[in-house]
Amino acid sequence: MIGALPFPYPFESGEAQRALVACLAVGVFAPMIGAFLVQKRLSLVGDGIAHVAFAGVGAGLLVGVWPVWSALAFAVIGAIGVELLRLKRKAAGDLALALFFYVGIAMGAVFASRAGDLELETLPYLFGDPYAVTWTGVVTVGALGLTVVAAMRIAGRALFAVVTDEDWSRVAGLPVGALSVALAALTAGVIVAGMRIVGILLIAAMMVLPVASAQLVSRSFRGTLRLAIAIGAGSSLVGLAIARPLGLAPGASIVFVAAALFAAVALAKRTAPRALQQEAH
Amino acid sequence: MGAEPTQHLPEREARNDEILAYARDVSFGYGHDPVLRDVSLTVRAGEFVALVGPNGSGKSTLLKVLLGALPAPSGRVELLGRAPGDVRDRWRVGYVPQRPSLLSEMPATVEEIVAAGRLRQRGWWRGLTASDHAAVGHAIESVGLGELAGRPLNELSIGQQQRAFIARAFAGDPALLVLDEPIAGVDAESQRRFRDSLVHLIRQHGAGVLLVSHELAAVADVIDRVVVLKERVVFDGSPAELAARGVSLGVHREDLPLWLEDLR
Repeated sequence: MIGALPFPYPFESGEAQRALVACLAVGVFAPMIGAFLVQKRLSLVGDGIAHVAFAGVGAGLLVGVWPVWSALAFAVIGAIGVELLRLKRKAAGDLALALFFYVGIAMGAVFASRAGDLELETLPYLFGDPYAVTWTGVVTVGALGLTVVAAMRIAGRALFAVVTDEDWSRVAGLPVGALSVALAALTAGVIVAGMRIVGILLIAAMMVLPVASAQLVSRSFRGTLRLAIAIGAGSSLVGLAIARPLGLAPGASIVFVAAALFAAVALAKRTAPRALQQEAH
Repeated sequence: MGAEPTQHLPEREARNDEILAYARDVSFGYGHDPVLRDVSLTVRAGEFVALVGPNGSGKSTLLKVLLGALPAPSGRVELLGRAPGDVRDRWRVGYVPQRPSLLSEMPATVEEIVAAGRLRQRGWWRGLTASDHAAVGHAIESVGLGELAGRPLNELSIGQQQRAFIARAFAGDPALLVLDEPIAGVDAESQRRFRDSLVHLIRQHGAGVLLVSHELAAVADVIDRVVVLKERVVFDGSPAELAARGVSLGVHREDLPLWLEDLR
């Protein structure tokens, strides 16, 4: 379809370049959603939804549907379900999430083992395989990313108000329920788009880790969002670049870079001279 | 702080008598425990009403009922002339919650927080215009945080944070401002700023204010009516009338709730 561009090793081949585009997309779009989840103190919700997506993968394998579609259906329904449970009875949010976690992964394994070889069929979904991404896959991820960007342009400000102060937003007349459900659906979309690339078990990390690093050094929400996107993209680039020469799983390598960066930033902030920290005050 | 503790506001311009918040014979209970019994309350435009009462007297519950966050099982409630659930121009109601759920690790500037107060003016999906930004700046100035507008909220003192939340309510240019214990534990400077900005809102914008607080000393000279709640309304009148019954807002700044215990 499109020939390989003259990029240096390890991005010289067409498949490596597709992998790069796909990973960069995940690095950019996952933190955009993640910033709102972290602010809402729901850092783990991404993981819960990913587990539900796994049930969808298993179901797809079992009935012979492309697992991405069935995963998307499961994840969106699961995400909205968790959010509705949380909105109705706040205390149950944590438990509801745990329930979705376990049932999701168990259902996925049961379905997939009924469908055939559990390991062979599900490993690419669990840990991702960016080198297997086709141009169709790249276009799909790109389209989803544009949806996320458009949604943020329209609802980002209101969403920020809702995740920072839900009670106030309700009194102010913002559509708290609709915005929360929309955020949940977008989370599900990003997770399913990223699961073939960095894996079901690790995609949620890309929503949280870049944001965790960015909020340590940023001084505004907007700044945190921008820096998190840069960190996400940077982690994807570096992680993918070192994965092949070192023989690492690409998804895990990307997440590892993001985690190492967080550790470095946290350490630097702790040990930085007080004068430097106070400088901007 | 004003020197004359009992002096009232001077004549206001363009005072209309629009009823902003209205409750009549409202009762409410959690399970079998009654919290509110036949409570009636009215807040009009241009009026400063203080709602006081001992802990557990139902103040916060009454606010929630008025704002539509809790349904009133009996009695009648109106917000801006409608049932709370049917109010379309909700942005006309400014609200300062008791303990904002914010304050995580996530940095958010004063400006970002206050800008949320403008979201409902033209629709939350639209971007903010130059006049929105001007209103945000004006609101931040009015609570004395102008110099700190770009600072993250989690670097400010409790009093400054609370002023930011008050500015968020001001930014919407509210016709009715409802505040739930906004100055608990706030420094004197912030209390003075708080008083001045409420006076500004009432005098210049003709807004009505409903304030729940234990600490009324800072605003004692500008309050029009005090409503004392103890499940039912045990007093509704001017601070002077309250003083005639032995409770002076300006004096008992620390132990107002205790003094209210004696009021029957």
